[in-house]
Amino acid sequence: MSEPQAAPAAKRGGNHRKMELDPRLQAYRGVWVFVEHERGAIQPVSWELLGEGRKLADQLGVELAGVVMGAPGEATRQFCREAFHYGADLCYLVEDPVLTDYRNQPYTKALTDLVDTFQPEILMLGATTLGRDLAGSFATTLKTGLTADCTELNIDMDNRSLAATRPTFGGRLLCTIQTLNYRPQMATVRPRVMALPQPDRTRDGRIIEHRLGLIETDIITKVLEYIPDANVDKPQLAFADVIVAGGRGLKRQENFKLVEDLAAVLGAEVGASRPLVQAGWVDLERQVGQSGKTVRPKLYIAIGISGAIQHRVGMESSDVIVAINNDPQAPIFDFAHYGIVGNAMTVVPALIDAFRQQFAVMRRAG
Amino acid sequence: MHIVVCIKQVPDSAQIRVHPVSNTIMRQGVPAIVNPYDLYAIEEALRLKDRYHGQVTVLSMGPPQAEAALRKAISFGADEAILLTDRAFAGADTLATSYALAAALTRINEELPIDLVFTGKQTIDGDTAQVGPGIAKRMGLELLTYVSQIDELDLERREATVRRRAEGGVQVLKTRLPCLVTMLEGINEVRFATMTNMFRAARYELKVWSKEMAGITDPSFIGLKGSPTVVAKVFAPQPRSQRAEMIGSEASSAQDLAINLVTKLSAKHPNLESEFAKTAGARA
Repeated sequence: MSEPQAAPAAKRGGNHRKMELDPRLQAYRGVWVFVEHERGAIQPVSWELLGEGRKLADQLGVELAGVVMGAPGEATRQFCREAFHYGADLCYLVEDPVLTDYRNQPYTKALTDLVDTFQPEILMLGATTLGRDLAGSFATTLKTGLTADCTELNIDMDNRSLAATRPTFGGRLLCTIQTLNYRPQMATVRPRVMALPQPDRTRDGRIIEHRLGLIETDIITKVLEYIPDANVDKPQLAFADVIVAGGRGLKRQENFKLVEDLAAVLGAEVGASRPLVQAGWVDLERQVGQSGKTVRPKLYIAIGISGAIQHRVGMESSDVIVAINNDPQAPIFDFAHYGIVGNAMTVVPALIDAFRQQFAVMRRAG
Repeated sequence: MHIVVCIKQVPDSAQIRVHPVSNTIMRQGVPAIVNPYDLYAIEEALRLKDRYHGQVTVLSMGPPQAEAALRKAISFGADEAILLTDRAFAGADTLATSYALAAALTRINEELPIDLVFTGKQTIDGDTAQVGPGIAKRMGLELLTYVSQIDELDLERREATVRRRAEGGVQVLKTRLPCLVTMLEGINEVRFATMTNMFRAARYELKVWSKEMAGITDPSFIGLKGSPTVVAKVFAPQPRSQRAEMIGSEASSAQDLAINLVTKLSAKHPNLESEFAKTAGARA
């Protein structure tokens, strides 16, 4: 255990909140976002994080940086330019052939070197399979705090510390976590939890290049093959503008067809709550909620979904939520915008007709 | 072959309630279960034991009652179980937890060298997915997260080939043993406990290790002291200020309800109107 350390300060006493930051850690300045991409495709959570990082950096009066790693070449550099459009002032760029595919060892080394050299106070990553793999490894290597799956990030200006709020116990409670006397403070955020900022194509920034200093023979794990997912039927739930989702209130598997029919009319994606996925009626890819996808469509129609907190945390950022449930006491009516108390078996077919008529009118009106 | 599976006992989150006034978790009467994601790791270890022989050890850090989770693992077919329990571990965050587990694993490794460490992909109470990577880094093991399949173990050449879930596909990776693998959910189905193993689990004498027995001498790395993160505040999610606007009454016909809703959506949310225009256009 001889890794570099973001040295903890002397004593951690009773009153953490007012504690003076260790002088060695006061040099840590700036907000960083890890820009995740794989096989040429950006992971949009990176831009969502830059939007959030911009606010934090402005509040702290520091710069916002993107961290871009990958194979040498134009494609990797292009991600830097895009990061500027989404709010970064500068990008740290590590280009190396060994970074072509994601592997824990070289990525952890690259990030550790960058942080040791340039000392940011906050580092954020997307809570993806890659981001969680890297964040957990990196935080342990530097012996600093990491808060996973944050839903809200603020600065506590009393001590310049990051106040990271995350759901706990399946979303039943929220807790705010701080990393007081260690730097950098780290957080991961799940895709679609934060809003995607509007890119400003005129924004530019500076690139700071850093060398990795590893060669392929230093790296223990080898990529033998990469099998891309077949995209044909992959639901694009996270970025859908309209989602129709079904829950346990549908009672029978064949009734889920109502959800699919309404979705077809609306050109919507189909979603489901956890019980239907667990019952095997619906593919895991379509699960909305704490243990599934976070979504933020313009319209979310929940059919027979009671609105348990585990579901709610995955969809409450939707612009408009419509709930159809036969139980007037269902918790979903506490946070939906429009509610219909009624039997889905009769209301949904009527809704399909009503939307069809509406669309016919719109077409005639041109 | 020696596999150690790290498991955690968690409250069944489906049955947790929050006290409406104090905002604390009401644990009374909530059953404690083996973290469901860990079951895939246990089963995968047992399958490898079926294929390659050897020993499966389960390790858990927790309060004394976490022994129930370890006995459960024995009943599925694990050979040995170690409970790492000490008041000094209380309040540990993921960094301090990985320190304690890595210490215990180092001790285990001295007794019987470890080829693979398995964990679940995350727990259902903390949901962080950080302890597995933390253990790997502390022990200098190769880390393979979200593994859906172990294609091959070559115990002679000390190599493993695994399939790892990435965001847009699957990586086939060849790595060196020993390594730490976090198993993806849904990749197998945990076996039923046999009568023999159930009896064995009931009689089995767990090893219970204190921090000293795990070789931990410096208390500043464990528990609250070893945790860089502090919980500043715990609170219940705020209800939205307004309840849903209810459409119609229970006496309304389904048609009226539907037309009423569609009209409202179109009138009050012009951005939806443009969304619908796409749909209407697409279907014209």
